[in-house]
Amino acid sequence: MKNWMQFLVLVTSISSAGTLLASGGFGEGGEGGEGRGKQMPTVTNVKWAAECASCHMLYHPGLLPEKSWNKVMAGLDKHFGENASLDAATQAEITRFLALNSADKSDNRRSSRISQSIATNAAPLRITETRYFTAKHDEVSAATFKRKSIGSASNCMACHKGAEKGDFSESQIKIPR
Amino acid sequence: MRKSFVKHSLVALGLLFSTHTFAATPQELLKQYEAQAKQENSAFTGFSSDKGASFFKAEHTHSDGKKVSCSTCHTADPRKQGKTRANKVIEPMVPSVNAQRFTDAAKVEKWFGRNCKDVLERACTAQEKGDYIQYLLSVK
Repeated sequence: MKNWMQFLVLVTSISSAGTLLASGGFGEGGEGGEGRGKQMPTVTNVKWAAECASCHMLYHPGLLPEKSWNKVMAGLDKHFGENASLDAATQAEITRFLALNSADKSDNRRSSRISQSIATNAAPLRITETRYFTAKHDEVSAATFKRKSIGSASNCMACHKGAEKGDFSESQIKIPR
Repeated sequence: MRKSFVKHSLVALGLLFSTHTFAATPQELLKQYEAQAKQENSAFTGFSSDKGASFFKAEHTHSDGKKVSCSTCHTADPRKQGKTRANKVIEPMVPSVNAQRFTDAAKVEKWFGRNCKDVLERACTAQEKGDYIQYLLSVK
């Protein structure tokens, strides 16, 4: 009985410490960027930023719903054709952070729309596969996405300079030649 | 009872801090891999920068038909910046150019763990890891 109690205390203390680490800052994005429209909220987590941006741009958690992030994080050994495995503690921390700030948990308008564009029984791994994305980019040709200066549709930063901060506003778009 | 609680608490503390980085030198890492290599192979005779060099450049045909090597992403010259498949810059691998390299055991193990599976479709041996580091240390 006593052993069991100690274990409970232990687990609680580890997970609460983890949550503290994971939650990080949760501020307002840009001027009046809270809530409707505008920039997605500024979110920070040291491990998320370090791990997820070592191979590709840092995708804001508000770009996919929790169910998608869970699927991404559960398949890191085959992450879009590459092994991106993490130690269990880091993986758990980042998964929690992504879930907490995911598109379906956010009141940001763009995040809500992304979330709503996904069928209830679907959990896409690629942001570019969401109906929201394809509708928003229907005037951009496949050839444009393939330009050397862009590479592919997953390289948000090529045209949306503030992408890593969750800023996808129309006025900030500049499509490189 | 109390003892086991103290022990558990220590383990918990260890878990909390285990992901923090500990500074090391490439030579210290080589020592660790040497100890492992001796365990893996009783006939171990040391690390070779020549073997490391050919390891770095060796192309492997993947089960999906694609040809890959370390230099696919790190370029054939490890003194230069490389690029990930998602277009992100990889800083040079050579410690004389990039002093950050091989100074964090956990980071080194993380990337060997991932990239050996991506390139070789298996884990690397301690011999291979040591040869690789030895080679990169020899490049000036």
